[in-house]
Amino acid sequence: MCCPSSLISCSDAGRIMTNVSISPAATPDIVVLDRVTKRFPGIVANDSVDLAIRPGEVHVLLGENGAGKSTLIGMLSGLQQPDEGRILVDGTPTPITSPRHALSLGIGTVFQHMMLVPTLTVAENLLLGGSWWQRPKTEELEARVTEISRTLGITINLHARISELSLGEQQQVEILRALVRNSRLLILDESTSMLTPKGIDELGALMRRLVEQGLAIVFITHKLKEAAAFGDRISVLKLGRKVGEIPPERFRALGEDEIISEIVELMFGKRKDDPEAEEKAPRVLPASAAPLLEVRDIEVPATANTPGLSAISFDIRPGELLGIAGIDGNGQKQLAEALAGQLPTSGGTIALEGKRLDGLSVGERRESGLRYLTDDRLGEGTVGSFPVSINFFLKQVGAAPFWRSGIEQRAEIDKRAGELVREYDVRTPSLKTPVGRLSGGNIQKVLLARELAEGAKAVIFNKPTYGLDLANTLATRQRIREIAARGLAVLLISTDLEELLSMCDRIAVISSGRLVGTVENTGDARTRVGRLMIGLAA
Amino acid sequence: MSATALDTSNGTPARRDIQRRIIMTLGPILAALIIAGCILLAVGVNPLTYYGFVLERGLLSPLGVQQTLTRMAPLLFLAAGLIVAFRAGMWNLGGDGQFLLGAVTAAASGPLLVQVLPAWLALFCAFLLATAIAMLWSLVPALLRAYQGVNEIITTLMMTFLGTSLANVLVKLVFLDPSTTVPQTRTLPVEDRLPRLFDTTITSGLLLGLAAILIVHFVMTRTAFGLKLQIVGANPRAAVHAGLGVPKLTIAVFAISAGLAGLAGAVDIIGVQGNVRADWNPAYAMAVIPVVFLARMNGIAAIGFVFMLSVLSIGGESAARRLGVPHHFTLVLVSIVLIMLALAEYIDHRYNQSRKA
Amino acid sequence: MTGLFSEVFLGALLFGAVTAAIPLLLAGLGEQMSEKAGVLNIGIEGMMIFGAYLGFVGAFYSGSLWLGFLTGALGGMVVALLMALLCVRLGLNQIVIGIGLTLGLEGLTALLHHFQFSRSYPRLPAADRTVIPFLADIPILGPALFRQHLIVYMAIALVFVMGYIYRRTQLGLNLQAAGDKPAALDVAGIDVVRTRTIAVLTTGALAGLGGAYLANVGAGIFIPFITNGAGFLGIVLAMLARGRPVWVLFGALLFGVCLSLTTAMQVAGINIPTDVIQMLPFLAVMIMLVLFGRRASLPAALGIPYERGAR
Repeated sequence: MCCPSSLISCSDAGRIMTNVSISPAATPDIVVLDRVTKRFPGIVANDSVDLAIRPGEVHVLLGENGAGKSTLIGMLSGLQQPDEGRILVDGTPTPITSPRHALSLGIGTVFQHMMLVPTLTVAENLLLGGSWWQRPKTEELEARVTEISRTLGITINLHARISELSLGEQQQVEILRALVRNSRLLILDESTSMLTPKGIDELGALMRRLVEQGLAIVFITHKLKEAAAFGDRISVLKLGRKVGEIPPERFRALGEDEIISEIVELMFGKRKDDPEAEEKAPRVLPASAAPLLEVRDIEVPATANTPGLSAISFDIRPGELLGIAGIDGNGQKQLAEALAGQLPTSGGTIALEGKRLDGLSVGERRESGLRYLTDDRLGEGTVGSFPVSINFFLKQVGAAPFWRSGIEQRAEIDKRAGELVREYDVRTPSLKTPVGRLSGGNIQKVLLARELAEGAKAVIFNKPTYGLDLANTLATRQRIREIAARGLAVLLISTDLEELLSMCDRIAVISSGRLVGTVENTGDARTRVGRLMIGLAA
Repeated sequence: MSATALDTSNGTPARRDIQRRIIMTLGPILAALIIAGCILLAVGVNPLTYYGFVLERGLLSPLGVQQTLTRMAPLLFLAAGLIVAFRAGMWNLGGDGQFLLGAVTAAASGPLLVQVLPAWLALFCAFLLATAIAMLWSLVPALLRAYQGVNEIITTLMMTFLGTSLANVLVKLVFLDPSTTVPQTRTLPVEDRLPRLFDTTITSGLLLGLAAILIVHFVMTRTAFGLKLQIVGANPRAAVHAGLGVPKLTIAVFAISAGLAGLAGAVDIIGVQGNVRADWNPAYAMAVIPVVFLARMNGIAAIGFVFMLSVLSIGGESAARRLGVPHHFTLVLVSIVLIMLALAEYIDHRYNQSRKA
Repeated sequence: MTGLFSEVFLGALLFGAVTAAIPLLLAGLGEQMSEKAGVLNIGIEGMMIFGAYLGFVGAFYSGSLWLGFLTGALGGMVVALLMALLCVRLGLNQIVIGIGLTLGLEGLTALLHHFQFSRSYPRLPAADRTVIPFLADIPILGPALFRQHLIVYMAIALVFVMGYIYRRTQLGLNLQAAGDKPAALDVAGIDVVRTRTIAVLTTGALAGLGGAYLANVGAGIFIPFITNGAGFLGIVLAMLARGRPVWVLFGALLFGVCLSLTTAMQVAGINIPTDVIQMLPFLAVMIMLVLFGRRASLPAALGIPYERGAR
């Protein structure tokens, strides 16, 4: 079905368009996941997950970052194979071996990270996938796209280059691509994370029209509101396990607020046996204490691929935990890098204990006590092929006592590394083991040890528990609480609202590179932060 | 693209690791000798006779081994320079241009300087000049890579073509020795060249080369500067995150790498050749690149592989005269070894992965 | 000095320029395709020299230049197949393998040449030319451009064929996707490894053909190391042409003129070392890079082996 000769044929084209009156209950499942398990080094991404996907239904997969949503999608779209369990397509067990195979089964995926070639036009991207000896069938494509976009009410300029389109438009192109290929199951992975509120509403309406035409949609999100607004059925994932499902009957019976509170209970579990449900102990901060970290009007110009920052200002007092909430990709990474000195700013000041840091280099800022714990542990936080011991001192290369006159003092390094391994409970076969061979949790401990040891005064954490298992998540959070208790200033950037609510004193919300509001973490903080995140005033 | 395709994890490996390393090195070499032997058979040469002859001339005969050790001097400098560049993830493929310009500089300045300065000082100055010129020659690719992100493979390749031509122009037009009809530079008198070791014909340049590669090895493995370069090579984003000044380090890498290549040229002229003839280009740098990979960019191992290359090339040159097998066969052998080694590493990697899974 | 601008001199100069440009053009077009698909093909020099050798052998023993071109292209493809296996399929380092292949084939062809031809140094008869009516009678330009071997016209036509492939065909789309965003190609259902293998094999065929032209038409003889960096020049041309075949043609002609100028000046008895003129194209390119030093627009995934679902 993925070969272009049948791609455009009229009979196929008619099929999804005409089957409007399918009643969900009567139709068999298109795809069923049967106890599917997938492991990565150090992580169980999916743990015995069951899932049934039906035509005419928007099936929402809801979960925090690291809950295993993207891995599930990887397996449905043929990028990854399950380690255990099986996938049934139309009732028959079918290993989905490649993306090509997934397409031929009628499974189309819109990935979280755009899968379009930026240097090609829309039409060329839609045509991608034909056998190499064939001529692209541009005219047929145009006719087909006109037909589809008319029924769906979207407009796309086929001759625009992808790199010139907005993210929302790019996403429409990806949806269009799946439809042009006669997909009967459309998977949307975190599709709203890059969209404006208006774009999100449009996407919701589009999904509704598609399921009315008989398509099945799997909609992956970590946003409760979207799940409640767009879904027919909701499955909740948590740390790789499916923890609950709300079927359509129940969905229709409940109001939006009731659904949200039910999901919240499934996702974050207010029940007593949930280890994550620890309540934040109220802490008393001396209100009069002078700010330790003062940030004023930080500006960073936007680039083609990254958002900029505008007029970012905040204070953090000693011992205070300030959270930054927001949808991923709204400038969190840029904020962290600008503060750490990795990203040049075009304006604004940063002061630690009254001492100006802006204009200083990365190393000088670190030296002054400002530390940055990156979210990209292997990509930039460590050098995977270097031993654990060296990775502890990656940001101190050349500094005494580990180097004297530029010469490595191996004994000093090993001694201190040994201490840090014990102190931070890094599980490593030896100090010489390449750090890349450790699990995510242990790599994170190496980073924690590096940033928190000796002389830290203010620490920026960027998604510190992303992709960690529960034990390491809790240990990391405990570590962060401890340093705040020691009187350090902590900036905690996280896309996990629950994490922020359980840890922070105040929570600021970032959106499109601006802080849109700051909320004291008391009683109704959850709703107020939630409102800020969806673009309403707190 | 990083230069660390072959494993560069530092730290002392365990004994079993060393054992595996040895098998992983000797196995491919053996396989390569067999494949290359088949090629020899195909052209009607008994491979055992050939290998035996190369060994005898390159390693076992007194004269041969002296030539081998003399040949090592420039190769060691080149290997040292390439190790610095490749470990830092920069593909300096311009070694031959840098080598020739260093050689011409030394050939041009040496004979003049010995007339006005004490011999040791004159040679020292010639070395310095050769290094400086080669460093300057690398400045354009270095700046382009550091500040504009222009791929250094293309620029260093072009600079090596340019440098080869420029060296020829200098020999033919500027530093031509008027007293001979052969187009070449003035010749450094034998008594002013680098002294030979003891009563042999081995140049003392060998000691300089050994010192250079040992120093490079020490710097790369034991110093903060070396570690910084390795971070840049292994994970450039981690280097930025750790606050290293990547552009400045880039320029330093090119300067050191090119400077060592220039020294290689100088040591060959001042130690052995005495002058540069027009159109002289031994293309040592290209031949040393595989050697550096074979040694996994390790300085100590590189000494061994440079020795092997020297034995092969001295023995091969002799075999060309006596057995009629052109010395280019050395290139074939080195390249088959390289490919076999890369394959072995791939298989080893896969085996490890499947064992883990 | 009157000889410098005589018709004969200019004619010879232009003729030589075209002859010298064709191997560079073929190598550049070939390399361009590899790079478009995300493979930095440093082994192209090896493909060229093997193509030159096999091309000469084919033409010498069969007596047919065309058979020589065929064997030359096949020779290049054999090397390319090795490169594709090692670098595209197994994902070994493209630079290490490329340099290894180049050195090995330079050595191997020198070795084979020594045992076959070093006593006799046989030459091929001068290649027959295809005269294009009317155009060939234009003074100076005519003899230089329109009295060339048929393969010259075919090579120039190939520039436009390539342009057509890149802009108008499915293969062109797939190649560009393989170089710019291989994951997008993969999820579109096209095998990235296969697409890149096609590109590398094409590179081999073109480079081999270029080598065969160099030996059979350009020189009429195979000598060791005859390509003398032409493959590397092809890499330079491909990188500077930024994916546009026409720019490869212009670049190849520029280099061709400079190469031809050296021989022409020797013939004219002008006493400037050839090296000065040989430096000119490189100097021009370096100056361009320094002046316009913006990032050479290379494919995003150039040199990176593709691994599905790699995190």
